[in-house]
Amino acid sequence: MRLQDARQYRLPLAGIVSILHRISGVILLALLPFVIWMFDTSVTSEVSFSTFTSAFVAGLGFLPGWLVKLAALALIWAYLHHLIAGLRHLWMDLTHSVSLEFGRQSAVVTLALSVLLTVLLGARLFGLY
Amino acid sequence: MSEKHGSKRIVVGAHYGLRDWLSQRVTALFMALFTLVVLLQVLMPGELDYDRWAGIFSAQWMKALTFVAILSLAQHAWVGMRDILMDYVKPVGIRLLVQIATIAWLLACAGWAVQVLWRL
Repeated sequence: MRLQDARQYRLPLAGIVSILHRISGVILLALLPFVIWMFDTSVTSEVSFSTFTSAFVAGLGFLPGWLVKLAALALIWAYLHHLIAGLRHLWMDLTHSVSLEFGRQSAVVTLALSVLLTVLLGARLFGLY
Repeated sequence: MSEKHGSKRIVVGAHYGLRDWLSQRVTALFMALFTLVVLLQVLMPGELDYDRWAGIFSAQWMKALTFVAILSLAQHAWVGMRDILMDYVKPVGIRLLVQIATIAWLLACAGWAVQVLWRL
């Protein structure tokens, strides 16, 4: 087989969900300090709470506000995708749903639902509604 | 003689990975439950100001649940990272180094989260 032939292979949708499950997990791990920082500033006191809310508007130190929002958006997508793909796995484990058809359909649902919810919450985050 | 292959093969004992597989799913359920509980409280009617937000996490039962979620996250992420590193990082030295870094990262984050939680 030549390399050109190998490039003919396409990753199935279930495979895309699978690799995105890994990528989203690594993103969540990398952004963990940001999550805990948000938890810390939002619950500790009223003063820190206002630091928390203003970080998304006025920025945080040398980081502009839009970058903080972008990090939150990455977090939202990664969390949603990881959660939904994980529930898909649990469902497959519990019901032994291992047919090709179920794999493909549930992959479509996972991708569509996580992107749709990310767009909805992202629009809210960036103040579009 | 114990079966080494097929549906009757013994999957308990050392190095079959069943414990990791199971712990990843159990910890996932804890975190999903935590997510649901936070979401339900946040979506209650009324303005979500500081008092209400902090009040959610200062209830003792919520602290216990959050604590379980924090520890679950560390265990869950460790199994996931271990799987990823086994697949993509073949040189043993580098893999070990990244595994150690992952453990340190998770322990540090878990410690910080617990500290925030328990001074509420």
